[in-house]
Amino acid sequence: MFENFDFDVIARSWQALIFQGLAFTAQVTLLAMAGGIVLGTLLAMMRLSSFKPLAWVAAGYVNLLRSIPLVLVIFWFYFLVPYIGAWIIGAPRPIPVGAFTSALVTFIMFEACYYCEIMRAGIQSIPSGQANAGYALGMNYWQMMGRVILPQAFRNMTPVLLTQTIVLFQDVSLVYIISLPDFVTIASKIAQRDGRLIEMYLFVAVVYLAICLLLSHFVKRLQTRFAIAR
Amino acid sequence: MPMIEIDKVSKWYGAFQVLKNCSTTVDKGEVVVVCGPSGSGKSTLIKTVNALEPFQQGRIAVNGQSVGDRGTNLPQLRARIGMVFQNFELFPHLSIMRNLALAQTMVLKRSGEEAIERGLKLLDRVGLIAQKDKFPGQLSGGQQQRVAIARALAMDPIAMLFDEPTSALDPEMINEVLDVMVELAKEGMTMMVVTHEMGFARKVAHRVVFMDQGEIVEDAAKNDFFGSPRSDRAQTFLSKILNH
Repeated sequence: MFENFDFDVIARSWQALIFQGLAFTAQVTLLAMAGGIVLGTLLAMMRLSSFKPLAWVAAGYVNLLRSIPLVLVIFWFYFLVPYIGAWIIGAPRPIPVGAFTSALVTFIMFEACYYCEIMRAGIQSIPSGQANAGYALGMNYWQMMGRVILPQAFRNMTPVLLTQTIVLFQDVSLVYIISLPDFVTIASKIAQRDGRLIEMYLFVAVVYLAICLLLSHFVKRLQTRFAIAR
Repeated sequence: MPMIEIDKVSKWYGAFQVLKNCSTTVDKGEVVVVCGPSGSGKSTLIKTVNALEPFQQGRIAVNGQSVGDRGTNLPQLRARIGMVFQNFELFPHLSIMRNLALAQTMVLKRSGEEAIERGLKLLDRVGLIAQKDKFPGQLSGGQQQRVAIARALAMDPIAMLFDEPTSALDPEMINEVLDVMVELAKEGMTMMVVTHEMGFARKVAHRVVFMDQGEIVEDAAKNDFFGSPRSDRAQTFLSKILNH
């Protein structure tokens, strides 16, 4: 069945695929994960705030972005970020924002919603007595959160946060629509140039499969090791 | 001057009143035991003292400083009031030593060595110095509660609050915790203790406060309380917990 296939296209192009495409995808994934977890944790703290307007703003933001398909968000941000940037700094014209920055901002803001919900569950899983113990020792809110609640919430939620990151890793392929040179974009460019679409997309799928399986396996091992003894 | 002054404090959860016009005081060096049936509001009352529970009416002052005022620096005030909880509430992600040192360095701005030195001294005092590098989950309940007491003492508190410190313990571990508390009381620590341990109350309390349904029903010197409780409710309560 493979006699008409020419897998040589992969041999010819794997360096560009891995060192440019996959490296780009990994870079966006890691940066968006870091930014997303930080922003998501802040959103989670806002959602759990006893000051209601703060909680409403965070909930509105999270629910809005979670109900829009990621492709649309990427598109919108790509066109809107220059205008929003101009509005923030008060520039008369839309400021030029590179596709990379635009995509990164998009993923951070989008994934933050999912990380937010994970961290919210994580924070809520810590008994309220822990917060009381922190306060009773004279800690303020930020000290109590930073040293008592969040470290425990992070530890409990690390497997789930990483699972969400695996989803993010796959989602990054959507930057294809704004022609950023990620793994899928580069693969499809080469595939179209050489007329070898099926071979190339098979290869891409196998690479994604291998990486995601590997990461899932890693997450599963962490899960058993990370539980805090109570 | 009283160390803890609770003056006509009322608190509601929605329409339900959990504290009804409660007033009492704890003088410097005094040990006051608060008892009463479950749901009587005693845990809520003790938590209002360091503002872990807000209240809507009345006034509470610790060492002359009003707890409910907006201008009060709550973290600073709380740092000087030790509190021991029913469920110990040690930080499970930190070693015993770091449990003791954390607030000392972060809140009192002590140096790391200073905090460790103070921590070791107190661990030694509660007989747990050998456990300093373990994690809370590796200790028994009684040991955890002794560490929790040491953690509170490490802040050099001017008063200690105990919220049912032995209620979550297996019976054979209650005494090791009570022994530490008795010793503390004998040293003249100002203590407010919510407990059902009437043996402890008899041994070291100066006064007993009896609560029922959010009210302070009786506030009497220890001997008066055990000898001749005036209210029916206190008599019923005492007969229930003493005769078994």
